[in-house]
Amino acid sequence: MNPAPSIVFFTTASGAGYGLLFWLGLLRPLGLLPMAPAFALTCLGLALLLITAGLGASLLHLGNPQRAWRALTQWRSSWLSREGVAAALTYLPALGFGWALWAGMPGLATLAGLLAALGAAATVWCTGMIYASLKPIPQWHHPLVAPGYLLLSAYSGMALLAAVSALGGVVGGPASFVVTLGLGAIVLKLAYWQMIDGIHAASIESATSLGWIGTVRPLDPPHTETNYLLREMGFRIARKHAAKLRRIALVGGFALPILLAILAAQWGGAGLLLPLAALLALAGLLLERWLMFAEATHTVTLYYRGT
Amino acid sequence: MTCLPDPVPSAKKLGLVIDLDTCVGCQGCATSCKEWNASGHSAPLPDYRPYSAGAEGVWFNRVHSYEAGEGAAGRTVHFPRSCLHCENAACVTVCPTGASYKRAEDGIVLVNHDTCIGCGLCAWACPYGAREMDEDAGVMKKCTLCVDRIYNETIPEAQRQPACVLACPTKARHFGDLGDPDSAVSRLVAERGGQPLLPELGYRPVNSYLPPRRRPEPAPVEDAPTPMDIGNPLLRWMDRVLSR
Repeated sequence: MNPAPSIVFFTTASGAGYGLLFWLGLLRPLGLLPMAPAFALTCLGLALLLITAGLGASLLHLGNPQRAWRALTQWRSSWLSREGVAAALTYLPALGFGWALWAGMPGLATLAGLLAALGAAATVWCTGMIYASLKPIPQWHHPLVAPGYLLLSAYSGMALLAAVSALGGVVGGPASFVVTLGLGAIVLKLAYWQMIDGIHAASIESATSLGWIGTVRPLDPPHTETNYLLREMGFRIARKHAAKLRRIALVGGFALPILLAILAAQWGGAGLLLPLAALLALAGLLLERWLMFAEATHTVTLYYRGT
Repeated sequence: MTCLPDPVPSAKKLGLVIDLDTCVGCQGCATSCKEWNASGHSAPLPDYRPYSAGAEGVWFNRVHSYEAGEGAAGRTVHFPRSCLHCENAACVTVCPTGASYKRAEDGIVLVNHDTCIGCGLCAWACPYGAREMDEDAGVMKKCTLCVDRIYNETIPEAQRQPACVLACPTKARHFGDLGDPDSAVSRLVAERGGQPLLPELGYRPVNSYLPPRRRPEPAPVEDAPTPMDIGNPLLRWMDRVLSR
């Protein structure tokens, strides 16, 4: 599948923003974060900035962005529509949260924060299900895809929260969360990558109904130039590059941030190390998301290439 | 609404039956489809850089050619690929705007180009590659089963068929109601053992592909004696003379 930059950026940026919103809304009432309204407002501003930038980028992907409001109508059948509805609804408690913090109403802030956390989780789940519901793409139609979106969103959001917390003087709790979520993300990605290697949704024999004759091989293509299908769904990445990129994503996006979080918690320097960890995590996730597309194969390529 | 219509017993299921035995891969159906649909329901059907290198465009019908099987049992099969108007059409249910829909009255899957946002998700959801984006208009386009021909009372009744069916010189394409077990197309599917494509994905395509007819096993050819098998030189000479 073609890794469109707008979608790669959207899912990474909005994912991190929703993760940050989720942890902010959930952990603040538990007293695990700095309680100053300025801290919460900074985190909330960063979360909404990332979410809004990501959603804006996703509109660039559309052929007719001025009609995007129509995408809120088909929530009964479409995960993309559900994602849009969840994203739009999440703005309400998130903005209410900010207003309550600003106006100094702690009870309302707690309630709105929890609702915003719920909305953030729901939105990211819908994003994951858009991909997980597509049967022609076996690397996406996989039980680890939607949980993966949730976990990676939680991980990158926590990395951001730890970075802002470190600037506010709180290190230990958020840093240990970064380590735990990062280790979980490594396990999940390793398991996912192992399971998708060599996975096939179908064969050319089944795609052409000619399997009873024997093996089927493409002889003449229907057209000599490329087309939308091949550009959008025929994107291929060499296996050796994929293996290398996976290692870079794992080390740069997960292992190094975990190491930096441990260093920051044990030896200090958190104000520098944790923001660096967050930037590395986001860069690693951009690569991970790019690979998520580049490694995905669509059944339409069976008709063109036989594999 | 992009929920699929509730299945109605005895409802019409219009579709195509494509005979892989007689298709000669002439591309006539694809060309005729492009010609009709460039000015019909889905008009325009764009071409990008049509007169220079890298010319490409939106087509609703693409004719592939395959080799199947090995050696004497192997054969070349020409394979037209277009929308199968699936009963369980995921391209419809994934649509976030309601632009992609399946008609309750005849099962045709269509796109409303006035409400499509061009997100491309329906093309991802189609395992058959039936949908192609009109990148000029920013909306998705697809086979309409020539909905603007088959009900068109301004053209002679005999021509109220999809353009691809009318164009086929070997009558390898048949159009009809596959929801009616007594229709000509349904009988054809039953007689010839019509096959769905990618049945394991569960899309339940309406279009059906008739398999190439099984050829009788070729009779084993007996080795004819060559002149060198004849030991007697005189008889060998006579065999040569008489064989002239």
